[in-house]
Amino acid sequence: MYLTKEEEKILDGELGEGYQKLMKILVKIGDIYNADRLIPIKSAQISGVSYNTIGEHGLHFLKSLGDVKVKVPTTLNPLAFDERYLKELDVDENLHRKQMEIIERYSEMGIKTTATCTPYYYDNIPKFGDHIAWAESSAVIYANSIIGARTNREGAVTALASAIIGKTPNYGLHIEENRRATHIINISFDLKEEDYPLLGLVIGKKINGIPYLRIRGSEDDFKLMGAAMAASGSISLYHIENFTLEYKNAITDEIEKLTIEKEEVESLKKDIDVDLVAIGCPHVSPKELERIAKFLKDKKKRRDVELWIFAAKSVWEKHKEYVKIIENFGGKVMIDTCVVVSNAGKIFHKIGTTSGKAALYLSKKKFGGAEVKVSDIYTLLRSVIE
Amino acid sequence: MILKGRVIVEGEAIGEVIKFNKPIVVLGDVDERNGKILGKDIKGKIVVFPRGAGSTVGSYTIYGLKFYGNEPKGFVLEEAETIVAAGVIMANIPTVDKIDISKIQDGSKLKIKNGTVEIL
Repeated sequence: MYLTKEEEKILDGELGEGYQKLMKILVKIGDIYNADRLIPIKSAQISGVSYNTIGEHGLHFLKSLGDVKVKVPTTLNPLAFDERYLKELDVDENLHRKQMEIIERYSEMGIKTTATCTPYYYDNIPKFGDHIAWAESSAVIYANSIIGARTNREGAVTALASAIIGKTPNYGLHIEENRRATHIINISFDLKEEDYPLLGLVIGKKINGIPYLRIRGSEDDFKLMGAAMAASGSISLYHIENFTLEYKNAITDEIEKLTIEKEEVESLKKDIDVDLVAIGCPHVSPKELERIAKFLKDKKKRRDVELWIFAAKSVWEKHKEYVKIIENFGGKVMIDTCVVVSNAGKIFHKIGTTSGKAALYLSKKKFGGAEVKVSDIYTLLRSVIE
Repeated sequence: MILKGRVIVEGEAIGEVIKFNKPIVVLGDVDERNGKILGKDIKGKIVVFPRGAGSTVGSYTIYGLKFYGNEPKGFVLEEAETIVAAGVIMANIPTVDKIDISKIQDGSKLKIKNGTVEIL
């Protein structure tokens, strides 16, 4: 990989060990994936935030980088709790203290410490064609597909390295030709709102490539579908005819065709009584928050089912009128955390959600092994009202 | 026999091979506090497996092996993807990839030197 004189100097340690180590990581990743050079990025999104996953050693690594600062606007993934709900989320003192140390460390690097998997609503908004280095697979697939920005599925550490160096190796989805569809997916039935996240799970398992779909839906439907695809597999980009921004040049001659039958999606549906309804994986959009609030207005909450909504702090702040309605109803709107990275899955055993991604994780033993029902917003909310 | 590969992290090491035939889900399969991968002791050994898989937070787990003093002497891989590549650079553990690992037996003795792997 070609390096400029300035990049060589960083690699030789001229800016100190922290920068040197991070540059070394980018150069090696570039070599591994045959990148020709490093290209400047407009923003970064970093995962590896929760103390539950990166641990004492992760915190140590962040400290070992010394006085490094990010070059581009950078945001963080959700953490283990919303500070206002430590008791409800079963957070002990050690976890609280260590988590705040990690956040403090990221803050010293110049990172915006709002912690969300949907930075694209208000906190970190890429434009079409921008090269970015994002971790968090649901944000990667949204930024590539719906916004038309360009990012590979970065890792916790490569995204951090890119944020601090301000560059990423030029390979994969940064290159136009690699963004074309590999599969045309034919859906043999009409999709209802509850089907999108489940369809995402099915497609993610079936293909490792870039699907092209002829379906209709909203940005929120596709957000849930994409997050599920990225979680059950490793898809980082999809095209939707007459909807996403790059569909026109997406089809080539060498494309595979695949049909998804209704039964494949139906078989993932479950009919269970839930003790928690959790909406916001990925974090809710302003529109989703509005739909939830309007539906709950003047309704009465059942005592035996909880309602937890997960949002970016910025969405919560800018739409307090909806938050108030949900809180008056008896629900909670949590910020900076989510149903997967908090202890929610260990506290509740039967969970209803709009998220195929959350269903996939929460049903794993490591996250509590809950029974999870995936459905649409209104069906789920009906199970919380009297 | 000498196998030629690609340097991910430079360095020289001689040690006993602990081999896994399937990709290692780093965040999950690796116990950094006790120096084990899938229950096998790896501290001071040379660990051989095809590639890393799973959550990209796994890079921190490899750093954790070093942090807790449980790191192997080296890694030999078929393909160093993002998770393992970033992790071994963070921890500075000698690592070689692009190696046909079917030629390496569990329990044998290996010498890694920069881009090469010698079966002793």
